[in-house]
Amino acid sequence: MSIHVNSLSKHFYKQKAVDGISFEAKPGRILGFLGPNGAGKSTTMRMLTSYLKPSSGTASICGFDVETQSIELRKVMGYLPENTPLYTDMYVQEFLLFVANTYQLKDAKQRVKDTIEKVGLAAEQHKKIAMLSKGYKQRVGLAQAIIHDPKVLILDEPTSGLDPNQLVEIRELIKQLGKNKTVIISTHIMQEVEALCEEVIIIDKGRIVANSPIIELKKEHQLTSLEDIFRKLTS
Amino acid sequence: MYAVFKRELFSLLNSLMAYITIGVFLLASGLLLWFFPDTSILDYGYAELSGFFGLAPFLFLFLIPAITMRSFAEERREGTYILLATRPLSDWQIIFAKYLACFVLVVFALIPTLIYSYSISALALPTGNIDTGAIIGSYIGLMLLGAAFVSIGIFASSLTKNQVVAFALSVFLCFFAYSGFEAMSQIFSFRSIENILLNLSVNEHYQSLSRGVLDTRDLVYFLTFIAAFLGLTKLVIGGRKW
Repeated sequence: MSIHVNSLSKHFYKQKAVDGISFEAKPGRILGFLGPNGAGKSTTMRMLTSYLKPSSGTASICGFDVETQSIELRKVMGYLPENTPLYTDMYVQEFLLFVANTYQLKDAKQRVKDTIEKVGLAAEQHKKIAMLSKGYKQRVGLAQAIIHDPKVLILDEPTSGLDPNQLVEIRELIKQLGKNKTVIISTHIMQEVEALCEEVIIIDKGRIVANSPIIELKKEHQLTSLEDIFRKLTS
Repeated sequence: MYAVFKRELFSLLNSLMAYITIGVFLLASGLLLWFFPDTSILDYGYAELSGFFGLAPFLFLFLIPAITMRSFAEERREGTYILLATRPLSDWQIIFAKYLACFVLVVFALIPTLIYSYSISALALPTGNIDTGAIIGSYIGLMLLGAAFVSIGIFASSLTKNQVVAFALSVFLCFFAYSGFEAMSQIFSFRSIENILLNLSVNEHYQSLSRGVLDTRDLVYFLTFIAAFLGLTKLVIGGRKW
């Protein structure tokens, strides 16, 4: 098990953003993390990346605890935050080299080159990030998450705001990455989940309402579309 | 940590803001020192730089907050802080990297002023007859004062999303640390309170270094001052309410 979450909670003052969730994720699989807006998806991901401190409960990635071994954890984990924040005043290559150096990679320059190839940024690599279109910014975001070849990838809404062509390309890329890594993606586009994931976790108001493979979920609820299941469980 | 330091320094050097503030600093000190008759060294008649060292803290009061105001405030506004915070870096490494980058820029601003000491020594009669000890001491004092102001600026920047608020807050805090304690000490007639407040004042320790006497008490004061403000920054950053 590369991701282990045990009754994890996060409270912001009196509001419970995440309320005692537990799940596990295996390598070589893409796990879809679904839920309506404000259900606690991003908060859970932020706790997994050890950006936010959990109010209670534990979580670990590859055996590293989020609270006590956060530095080791961050070395094996790649994260694409919501809305893809980037240093827009930097050039693509410069930014990726900076990211590679924060991991103290030995062959940083080669890694940057390979990653640029991998995410299909070759034509734009000499541009400033501020000049790039949304789709290419998203690729830079993915590149910074995978540059150190992490075992676990956490992607927070990786396809929001992309056009249909870019959508297909980014999905293809995530699918490839999912072959030998543990990938968690959060989204509220149902077609995307069906195209990418085998397993889904649906959360609503900070609690898990479903956690099983898509096929079983459909059997269980006697419904053929994931969208209907989603609406039944979260409304 | 070096990677973050390099990025911070380059992004400061890439912004027009840094050049404008350094330019204004050099222009103002140059004008006040050599041209305006009231403060000019040429009219003063003595070959010494005390005018410059008396003036520089007031220029630093505006220069340094302008350099430090963006360090955390901008990252908060753009949401990029999460990019740094999810790398294998500790909060301290991030704070130190940003702190050092701003401090190096302050040193860059000071380097051209070395010309003033050369000019003074060339103007002295006989040539070179200047109080070198006092000048070296004053430069060390000025750098420590700058280092202290940078720590205030970094702290102020970590408190808010708004760069203007960060600037205003750090100007106020710098001014208060520089001469606020001294002014307050004059209110009290008790010797003991007066002494405590005087000892807390940045100006008091800066003046003592300016005399050319390197006292460990002053050094300890400045290092404690910097550690205190960086510690406060760590508290704010570690809390992550944003």
